[in-house]
Amino acid sequence: MSVVFRGGNIVTNEGVVHADLVVQGGQISGIGSGLAAKEVVDISGLTVFPGFVDLHAHLREPGREDTETIETGSRAGAKGGYTAVIAMPNTNPAQDNVPTIEFVRLQGQRAGLLEVIPSGCITMGREGKALAPMAELAKVGVKLFTDDGSGVQDPLLMRRAMEYSKELNVVLGQHCEVSSLTQGAVMHECGCSSDLGVPGWPSIAEELMVHRDIELARLTGARIHFLHLSTAGSVELVRQAKLDGLPVTAEVTPHHLSLTAELLRGFDATFKVNPPLRTISDIDALKAGVLDGTIDAIATDHAPHARRDKELPLDQAPPGMLGLETALGVTCAALDLDPLAIAQVMSVAPARIAGIVDRQGNLPRVGVAANLCFVDLNATWMINPETMASKSTNTPFVGRQLRGKVVHTMFNGDLVVRDGEALK
Amino acid sequence: MKHIRSISEIGKAGVLAIVERAKQMSEINSRPVPKVPALRGKTVVSLFLEDSTRTRLSFETAAKRLSAETMNFSVSTSSVNKGESLRDTIETISDMGVDAFVVRHKSSGIPWQIEQWTDASIINAGDGAHQHPTQALVDCFTVSEAFGVDSFEGLTISIVGDIRHSRVARSNVEAFAMLGAKVIIVAPSTLLPPDVGHWPVTISNDIDDVIGTTDILYMLRLQSERMDQGLIPNLSEYGNRFGLTEKRVSQLPLNARIMHPGPMNRGVEMQVDPSHLSQSLIHRQVANGVSVRMAVLFTALTLNDDRDHAIQGLSKEAAQ
Repeated sequence: MSVVFRGGNIVTNEGVVHADLVVQGGQISGIGSGLAAKEVVDISGLTVFPGFVDLHAHLREPGREDTETIETGSRAGAKGGYTAVIAMPNTNPAQDNVPTIEFVRLQGQRAGLLEVIPSGCITMGREGKALAPMAELAKVGVKLFTDDGSGVQDPLLMRRAMEYSKELNVVLGQHCEVSSLTQGAVMHECGCSSDLGVPGWPSIAEELMVHRDIELARLTGARIHFLHLSTAGSVELVRQAKLDGLPVTAEVTPHHLSLTAELLRGFDATFKVNPPLRTISDIDALKAGVLDGTIDAIATDHAPHARRDKELPLDQAPPGMLGLETALGVTCAALDLDPLAIAQVMSVAPARIAGIVDRQGNLPRVGVAANLCFVDLNATWMINPETMASKSTNTPFVGRQLRGKVVHTMFNGDLVVRDGEALK
Repeated sequence: MKHIRSISEIGKAGVLAIVERAKQMSEINSRPVPKVPALRGKTVVSLFLEDSTRTRLSFETAAKRLSAETMNFSVSTSSVNKGESLRDTIETISDMGVDAFVVRHKSSGIPWQIEQWTDASIINAGDGAHQHPTQALVDCFTVSEAFGVDSFEGLTISIVGDIRHSRVARSNVEAFAMLGAKVIIVAPSTLLPPDVGHWPVTISNDIDDVIGTTDILYMLRLQSERMDQGLIPNLSEYGNRFGLTEKRVSQLPLNARIMHPGPMNRGVEMQVDPSHLSQSLIHRQVANGVSVRMAVLFTALTLNDDRDHAIQGLSKEAAQ
């Protein structure tokens, strides 16, 4: 079975090439003009990207299958152009043991819509008290470890985790938040949180941990990846660390590139997220960080929540928002990126950070796995929560104009999304 | 005005109108039988999900004096204790046919969140540390009465205490400033909210700097849990630095007045017995609570087609 995608703009190492692309046996078998195959898909006007790789998604299984399953989350990812998703470990049970890791991976294979890659916990139960069996988990393929949802508070334990991770050749992902500074936090600490009479997440709570971990990376030489950076100060710290040659990487979410704390004035918990939506000047600094390479990757922090939980009083509602289906559209609406830059932040860099470049995050060329997405970069569109693939509806982007729409997604040579509809 | 939720939503014209209406209500309250049929046929639900004495009682009294039916909701005997969600509670009560919810909740924002689940009017009786608009209206009425003015131009009002956690402070800052007062907030930095450069206030960390030029000293309650949270070292240090002492009373200008929204913490922010102070307006605040809340209920519930009829009912009774 072979298929030719005819007449698209293919993002390659040599730049954007107008050509046909043939997929056979799960691999790209040809790029050129006038190519033929059994099946023909006209992709004129579309841009061909390597399938996107999300470093940061909460798929909620096992534990909260009422809000998302690995299957529904995979479908949401596929519709968003993703062919690989790193599943965050704050499941129940947490991903601190081999059976749970294997279960998550297997559920991903059963869904068959994209590659679900379980991350592992740094500490047992994400409690920040004792290291998880990182070597055991690394042995079954875990490459990214994180306690996401909370940061590792104890500097000694973090130092030990870094030392240990280095010999295993794995990456630690830190959710940077000094939790004693964020007790009861509801939104960014600012004039708006003071008006609303709610405790805030101050920027310094994130920046202190970014700073601490940069210094621990300097000490230990371990690889550290900063999850969902949200403040101008964090961007500057990472920029300096990279100038110093330290092995640090960082991601930003589409919502932190586009939404501000002012949205909380209506007390709608849809806009409650951790780290919180911050200010225009933070957004500007984050954008600059993406453009100059300080921030390596766009990651969704896709966090489905049940409507009844988001309807709780603002101070009790859980933080988090959907992201997989809107990531490209929000990012392109917020940032003017050329196709190569989009490929870099959505696919190439995250695949490198996740350690999966053998099969993901490769610009199309003959011989690589056919993990691809086909995007109409000029399309403007709006999200309709009722037709989303996710089991939850907590998207903050209702009513906003998005730019750039995923039309088809191919995972390992199978067309899993066609004309915006999931095929399974 | 369908909802009474925050001073900024009510606006200056609304604040003035409610204060003016409260004067009429106060006249009704001075009659031997203080009851008019203005809200006959209306149903008002008290939904107090956080403890309250004076606000709750004054709302219930206000509703009864306007002849509204009142429904009482107590958490301890309700389905909320069985884990019923706020949405289900609101929708269930709304199904019974109610015209207004008077809501108090420990979380900021509840009066805005519940709007999507009911068609009834929503009266905010205090939401978290956000707003307590009827207290501010009571205080505006009380200041207006005590100083014989509608505009607060030329008055300096110092609000002293735990501004950070106070919904009374947030509503009063807005309301006092709206009516023209110069407002000073006085507290240790740990009890001030962060980044409030945009508030229409002057900020001070020293009560003794402002006391000699203050027309109204508005003391806030200090809760002892602020000590456990490390916001103040201990209650006695706080009392010494920010409490109202005999000495500080003596430093107030001649015509200055003292206010407190209650409940008081005697020995902490109140180191004097206010009942012995001629300057105290604290009893007036409580007494005016009923009149102002009658004005609030009347304003919220007579917005629509029956407004003229209701106003007629009010004046007819007033004329008797």
